[in-house]
Amino acid sequence: MNKEEKAVNSEKKQRLQWIHITKRDNITFWQGILIRAIAILAALVLCAIITVIFTGANPISVYATMIKGAFGKGRLLVTIHSLAILLCISLAVTPAFRMRFWNIGAEGQALVGGLATAIVMYNFHDKLPAGALVPLMLVSALLAGAAWGIIPAIFKAQWRTNETLFTLMMNYVAIQLVKYFLKVADKTGSNTVGPSLLGDGIPNLFGVQYLFNIVVVAVLTGLLYIYLRYSKHGYEISVVGESENTARYVGINVKKVIVRTMILSGLLCGLTGFLIVGGAAHTISENSIGGQGFTAIMVSWLGKFNPLYMVLTALLLVFMGRGADEISTIFGLTKSFSDIMTGIILFFIIGCEFFIRYKIHINRRKKEEV
Amino acid sequence: MGTFAAFFSRAIMQGTPLLFGAVGEIITEKSGNLNLGIPGIMYIGAISGVIGAFFYEQSDYYIPAIGVVIALLSCLLGSLLASLIYCFLTITLRANQNVTGLALTTFGVGFGNFFGGSLIKVTKSEVPYLSLAETGSAFSATTPLAGLGWFGKMFFSYGFMVYLAILLAVLASIFLNRTRAGLHLRAVGENPATADAAGINVTKHKYFATCAGGMIAGLGGLYFVMDYMGGIWANDGFGDRGWLAIAIVIFALWKPVLAIPASYLFGALYILFNYLSLPMSMIPIFQMLPYVVTILALLITSIRNNREKQPPAALGLSYFREDR
Repeated sequence: MNKEEKAVNSEKKQRLQWIHITKRDNITFWQGILIRAIAILAALVLCAIITVIFTGANPISVYATMIKGAFGKGRLLVTIHSLAILLCISLAVTPAFRMRFWNIGAEGQALVGGLATAIVMYNFHDKLPAGALVPLMLVSALLAGAAWGIIPAIFKAQWRTNETLFTLMMNYVAIQLVKYFLKVADKTGSNTVGPSLLGDGIPNLFGVQYLFNIVVVAVLTGLLYIYLRYSKHGYEISVVGESENTARYVGINVKKVIVRTMILSGLLCGLTGFLIVGGAAHTISENSIGGQGFTAIMVSWLGKFNPLYMVLTALLLVFMGRGADEISTIFGLTKSFSDIMTGIILFFIIGCEFFIRYKIHINRRKKEEV
Repeated sequence: MGTFAAFFSRAIMQGTPLLFGAVGEIITEKSGNLNLGIPGIMYIGAISGVIGAFFYEQSDYYIPAIGVVIALLSCLLGSLLASLIYCFLTITLRANQNVTGLALTTFGVGFGNFFGGSLIKVTKSEVPYLSLAETGSAFSATTPLAGLGWFGKMFFSYGFMVYLAILLAVLASIFLNRTRAGLHLRAVGENPATADAAGINVTKHKYFATCAGGMIAGLGGLYFVMDYMGGIWANDGFGDRGWLAIAIVIFALWKPVLAIPASYLFGALYILFNYLSLPMSMIPIFQMLPYVVTILALLITSIRNNREKQPPAALGLSYFREDR
């Protein structure tokens, strides 16, 4: 076969591709829900199969265990609180993501917020009344988070410095700062500093543990939805995200929007740190945020950067995490089991976006045409 | 001289996993894929090698050389499968690369710790780690040249994978800059639409680069467990080195050969605090160094805005031929 024939043959192959992919213009709301539901269902089935292989239990009891682990007696409040914290840090990254500013430094921004809270608690918990202490904790956490967010933003706005890697590195700087604080604050060389040195933090609201955090996050969800959806700022963020050139053309100051939005993002991350350290754990360690800054990115993306949908995606991930934890405790598996489960669910949901955005046409031309 | 030689060789050993990871990520990024799943792939590569070696060590006829080969092959297979997940989602299904990468890292670290933890349970050991001493010692075997005083210590006291990492970096550089396939790969990373129009198969090149890159990065995880740790797997032992490898890519300006000194420099910064007589509280400040240096490198390259020293233009974007 000479070269020309080969070329003709390969061209024929090209023409006879049996799959053809086009972009969907519009998809109805319910079709979208259906595709996602199928993906989640498929992921849950796969997770069940894997769990059955490792535990030998029957799948129904596996799911019963997971549901009991997440929503059973005495678990519900903790689950709602986990949901609130994950949602809070996810809300924090959302304004930046809508602008296509890939802030993967939420972990660090929340951690310095927590650190600032802990430093205030460490120094003043026995000197100030709660009425003065809590606002001081809050303000310092917000400022610290915002500072961690604004540094990459300024460089991004001014010199287009890659924000993904910059914010990622800032996480590790934050971790080392926390380690430094631990060494200074606790001379015994312990890896966490707890209530004995920090005091009790935010008083319980109406005597219910975690209620303060849950209320704050619920209010925040509504406010951020309105801000992104109905305010001028929110509109500017969307335009910059769609196309910086368009934004410039209609007279939006792109640099200002980038910096302003990242300050907001950092503030909210700082708030998350404040809630975790001041309102729940009353301890600080390098693992205080526990990787939720990274999970938040997926929550936000899966929820289409919409605060209301994000409640559902955060709930799904929290349920998987707590459910898988319960399975690993009961069946004697290692704790990392939940990471594998979460990973599988994420792969399916990420993959199913394809079927929402694109349409697949199968060519039914038969052989006689050849 | 003795202390310096010890510091130097520790820096090289710390830098080697980073070098594998960085070279793998450079090849991947040259095709336009920003694979943030590399930290996870390194965990998967490491645990796959450990699993292979573990079962082979249980057999009656143990030959160290075969143990090494089995560990290497299972590591490559594990990293390949993990890379394929990323490829399928981002290239075939055109998913967002950042999200997919982060999901893969979550999955990979969980995968490593889960199977690592399960193997530790299988052995019913008292300690929270798994020891594959025989395979480990085969990995870290040195030539007699290592005995040549400080000179031997500095240049010949390593297992074969240290040299393999350097070799791969050099080969990657030749491949990217001196071969037609490398040129095509770079074209895909710079402008996939143009490459497609020129008749280059974008999908095939992206798959190839991402899988090859993932497999090289996986070797870094294996080196860390088998050679650096002497065959000991501890959960979360690999730490955040995968992220540092991604940082080195920027520091090395997407050039595999520059990744060699960059990795060793980062290795040195990583362990510097051990060799200075510091008060305890100052140690974290010194451990901050690799990250601060990366940030500075990032700032300087972006402010100087030299066209030769930029990331591939289409980095992080998925390609759809019918997009307008």
